[in-house]
Amino acid sequence: MDKQEIIKRLNEVFRDVFDDDSIVISERTTADDIEDWDSIEHINLISAVEREFKIRFTMGEVSGMKDVGEMIDIISQRA
Amino acid sequence: MDALNYPFDSGFILKKRKSIKRELLSDGTKRITKRIAVLGGSTTSDIVSILELFLLNEGISPEFYECEYAQYWQDVMFENPKLLEFSPDIVYIHTSSRNITEKLSVEMSAQDIENKLENQYKHFEVMWDKIKSLFGAVIIQNNFELPYYRLLGNKDASDPHGLTNFICRLNLRLYDYANANDNFFINDINYLSTSWGLDKWCEPKWWYMFKYCLCLDAVPELCLNISNIIKSLLGKNKKAFALDLDNTLWGGVVGDDGVDGISIGQETAEAEAFYEFQEYIKAHRDIGVLLTIASKNDEENALAGLNHPDGALRPEDFISIKANWEPKDLNIQNTADEIGLLPESFVFVDDNPAERAIVSAQLGVRAPDIKEVDSYIKTLDRSGFFEVTSLSNDDLKRNEMYEANAKRNRQRAMFESYEDYLLSLEMKAVIRDFETVDLKRITQLTNKSNQFNLTTKRFTPSQMDEVFNSKEYIRLCGRLTDKFGDNGIVSVVIGKINSDSLDIILWLMSCRVLKRDMEYAMLDSLVKKARSRGIKTLKGYYYPTAKNKMVKKLYEDFGFTKVYEDDEENTVWSLDISGYDDKNKVISVKE
Repeated sequence: MDKQEIIKRLNEVFRDVFDDDSIVISERTTADDIEDWDSIEHINLISAVEREFKIRFTMGEVSGMKDVGEMIDIISQRA
Repeated sequence: MDALNYPFDSGFILKKRKSIKRELLSDGTKRITKRIAVLGGSTTSDIVSILELFLLNEGISPEFYECEYAQYWQDVMFENPKLLEFSPDIVYIHTSSRNITEKLSVEMSAQDIENKLENQYKHFEVMWDKIKSLFGAVIIQNNFELPYYRLLGNKDASDPHGLTNFICRLNLRLYDYANANDNFFINDINYLSTSWGLDKWCEPKWWYMFKYCLCLDAVPELCLNISNIIKSLLGKNKKAFALDLDNTLWGGVVGDDGVDGISIGQETAEAEAFYEFQEYIKAHRDIGVLLTIASKNDEENALAGLNHPDGALRPEDFISIKANWEPKDLNIQNTADEIGLLPESFVFVDDNPAERAIVSAQLGVRAPDIKEVDSYIKTLDRSGFFEVTSLSNDDLKRNEMYEANAKRNRQRAMFESYEDYLLSLEMKAVIRDFETVDLKRITQLTNKSNQFNLTTKRFTPSQMDEVFNSKEYIRLCGRLTDKFGDNGIVSVVIGKINSDSLDIILWLMSCRVLKRDMEYAMLDSLVKKARSRGIKTLKGYYYPTAKNKMVKKLYEDFGFTKVYEDDEENTVWSLDISGYDDKNKVISVKE
């Protein structure tokens, strides 16, 4: 799956989870850029991304992801 | 809301919870508010936000208190002031096998393990007792799911040293407490986790990363389960099934395939599936659920199908069978009216998605997507429409009463004349003077009957005693029984003797026996009794109120003559009883 396709689908997941249609993510987006992205929403986000792409993050990946770019990299290797 | 109706898409609910909540809050439903404390032994934030959706969907608006991470026990035992201030109506204790603190080892004696079990149980019991004394709140307590590994393998289940064995026994202690204490309910996560798949439910990753005792995907199912208990306690259970026939209660179309062609019984796999579903439906009668049919069929064919010798259900299991070609929403509305329920109390079961869509849109009736016959039971069962939180005799009696009402109303439609209908009811009345045992009921009737009540004269118990002990009165109370049941004492007449005339100071009847000619039977008895006391004239009084218009013309109808009327339409009536003929022709009366 190419990056553009992943970003497009990932963006939808972000909009659903944070209930905000104005969100536009990029590879450099981090939790600091989205107001509601706290530790609780992080869990919901990770699980929604796993469902969307039918993949599983490892425990190390979940705690290690620094920005959306790293998330996209993991997805592109698995999905 | 469809998204929350079982079977639902858990991922969708979790992902879209914010917009689902917005939609629920803006749908204009009036909701009751309840304060719910969620006390967890693990992370509860998702549980709170998803439980809120299911409760809103049932017309309940929750206010939540959530304890700090895993502080369920401390919050109660050390009386957290915030919890005290919150003062919950309901306390949900979300604990799991992760909260079992007693450790077992194979070196322990049987007695050591008993002590461990007792300690572990007491840890919880003291907390429940404390909640009861602090708040008197309803307690919903998770039982314990099976452990996700078994040190002793299969022996873990049978040997007291096994954690599996320990958990099963601990659960039994919880159930003993539940059976001995009102307002204490088990949220059966042992069942839920098994049904979900224990490996998936307990995926350890969720515990290590986020301190979740169950995987996030299972949270909606957990919350539906909790919400079912709460809505049942608040009287929001459904009360009746409206069932389709063809391809719902049996395979095939009875009108086309003939009664021999439908699939029900033990002959084929499909027939067995429909048979088990019929048994499942039939068993609901025992828990007080009313069964009705809404089928597009000729009635003759519908009855033939229900009389199929290999079926589990019989026509008499249903309190209403509507098999015709009218729209189903109309039939369900009519059935609801007959029984005296609101349509929203029904669950509509039909294999046809188009019928489900119409009925749920027209009546707001829940119409689950039951899919194929092998999933009918699971879908209905897991939906929890009829969640049992108490099993009282009253509930079962109420069922009988609804059935009797519906049967009477249905029979009425089957007769040529109203008199034929009344005769078919095989009514028997006992009309006689008061007896001591009747006084309470009679006094109660004088104080609550408003509609069929000529003078609306109220009596205190001591006033009633006075009437009861005096020779100046003629007293009659009437009890009516019919083939569907006993209606109890339904009519009371009191006349005061005034030389050779009788002043009827009270005439009332319960509205549940309106239009049954019971008033004629009462009059017949009154005349007979008056004659025996040398009375020649009956005098009736009608005092209008806001509620008793229905009897304004009662004495006129009886053949009395109006002798007086004042400005406020108070009227006095008179009847010479020398030539009186009995009016009742449909009730057999014993005096």
